[in-house]
Amino acid sequence: MSAAEPLVAIRDLHKTYNKGLPNAEEVLHGIDLVIHPGEFTALIGPSGSGKSTLLNILGLLESASGGSYRLGGRDVTAFADDERTLARHQVLGFIFQFHHLLPAFTALENVMLPGLMGRSRGVLQSDLRERAMELLDAVGLREACDKKPTELSGGMQQRVAIARALVRNPQLVLADEPTGNLDTHSSDSIFALLRQFNRERGTGLLIVTHDPRLAARCDRIIELVDGQIASDRTNTPAV
Amino acid sequence: MNTLGFELTVALRFLREGRMQTALIIGGAAIGVSVIFFITAVLTGVQGDLIKRVTGAQAHIVIKPPEEIVAPLVAGDADGSRLASIQARPQRLTTIDGWPALARATEATEGVIAVAPVATGSGLGIKGEASRSVVIVGTELERYLRVVRLDDKVKSGVLLLETGDALIGIELAKDLGAVLGDRFRVQSALGGSEVFRIRALLDLGSRELNRRYVYTDLRAAQSLLGIPGRITNLDVAVRDIMRADIVSAQLRGQSGQLIESWIQTNNQVFAAIKNQDIMTLLIRFFITVVVSLGIASVLVVSVVQKRKEIGILRAVGATRRQMLGVFLLQGVIVGVGGALLGSVLGLMLVSLFSRILRNAEGQALFSLSFDFRLIAYVVVGAAVLGLLAAVLPARNAARLDPAQAIRG
Repeated sequence: MSAAEPLVAIRDLHKTYNKGLPNAEEVLHGIDLVIHPGEFTALIGPSGSGKSTLLNILGLLESASGGSYRLGGRDVTAFADDERTLARHQVLGFIFQFHHLLPAFTALENVMLPGLMGRSRGVLQSDLRERAMELLDAVGLREACDKKPTELSGGMQQRVAIARALVRNPQLVLADEPTGNLDTHSSDSIFALLRQFNRERGTGLLIVTHDPRLAARCDRIIELVDGQIASDRTNTPAV
Repeated sequence: MNTLGFELTVALRFLREGRMQTALIIGGAAIGVSVIFFITAVLTGVQGDLIKRVTGAQAHIVIKPPEEIVAPLVAGDADGSRLASIQARPQRLTTIDGWPALARATEATEGVIAVAPVATGSGLGIKGEASRSVVIVGTELERYLRVVRLDDKVKSGVLLLETGDALIGIELAKDLGAVLGDRFRVQSALGGSEVFRIRALLDLGSRELNRRYVYTDLRAAQSLLGIPGRITNLDVAVRDIMRADIVSAQLRGQSGQLIESWIQTNNQVFAAIKNQDIMTLLIRFFITVVVSLGIASVLVVSVVQKRKEIGILRAVGATRRQMLGVFLLQGVIVGVGGALLGSVLGLMLVSLFSRILRNAEGQALFSLSFDFRLIAYVVVGAAVLGLLAAVLPARNAARLDPAQAIRG
């Protein structure tokens, strides 16, 4: 990828669920979007506006019904499942609203998981463990590394999820309402963490949120209404 | 986290997480396996007992000279009238010509483990006032013992056949009023007669045999029956008694003699044993099917329960193939675990029932000589079965759309 190339470039993206069926429903109507490396972006919009669908398509969890998608300089529009999994694994990190840790694994193991998939065998177990510990330390959970998710509070679980999203040094982390089920205090500290990773490591973030307060702290705010981009503006966060 | 590899690590964690389900399905598989073990042991014991009872003092295969047949003498030219009726002739005591060569050829045949020459015919046992019709069986004892086991049939005395020795059935001894060490006279139909000393009393497993059998050495029987140097049949033992038919067919092909296997002479018993085999095969088959379906159904439920986790794993980079592997491995682990536990359980069942189930003589029906090869087969079989049972659920897991799975 050349320096000038954007990280994400989608053109005229459409998504129709149940295509060809009587209950077909188009949720995204021609989205054009470019995201550069290291951008800290909020994606806002009312429920049903297509935010999650857009995020899933950007995250290669779903494929688009029309349009094109270039990720990290490659056209991934027509990628088969295995190629999409690999691209996801190499470029992206995920944070979900409901933290989604695996209950059978400890906090540390959950963070290590993305590094354990077969294709990253090059990563030594000890290196991986070290990196996972370092991230847990960064999110303030070094002490809790051997705890199971059920033994952690909601905020702590979300911190583990952030560490997991970052363990493979992704260029872009997609966060779907990462603070959606947290109280204001936890929510603020999670957001601060994401900002910190963005500043210190240059990790790009695309954060879906309902919370205008959080959106106001991002560098760019994209508003989605009825499956179309209603506004896309840069924002100077108040310090 | 260890270095077991991603799929195995996740499979083991998933199984550990679903503790109750895992325990139930491994338990189910174990019970199935133990029942298979148990019925196999019982059947082997019962059939072994039955075969021993039926074949008793009988050789697996007996080679006899061909029956004498009357060939019609055709007179005149081809279109002349022919003699229509052929009269069967009475069978004399016939002998096998050149038996040492035949015995060697038979011994070299695949599946044959021992061959013994036998001169047998009818006679009369006489002691004082008592006389009884007997079957004279003259043989070389050492060779004969490798064909028919007599050592476990000795009631008293020793197995020894020197010139002038005889081993007789216990009923015959009673009828003649003879005890061990006594002498008695045997007279053949030809008029030859000889005196024998009773070396051992045998229980041959049936009243009829016990009442009639007199074992002597080969030479004595030959001279009594008037066939010096010749024999009336070759008794053969085979390695696998259930395949005696196959061996006898082969023997039939390579010699002009009459060949009878125990299977022919005890057709009904053999048919009953074969039916038992089919029944137990069916039972085993259905147990296997039930266990496999059990494993499959638990895994199907597990895939549904773990939708979200599968979705997360896919989102963080697990391929479809890896998810397939995770669930296939769970099937294998459950299968192998069930088989190992079931083997232990089966061993316990066999040892318990070997004390309870006894044959008519009060001996245990089956021994604890547990076949460890069987355990190996069962474990490998269970692994394959678990794998097959897991195919459907694993495919469901692999096909799961991660976006939908995460949404819940």
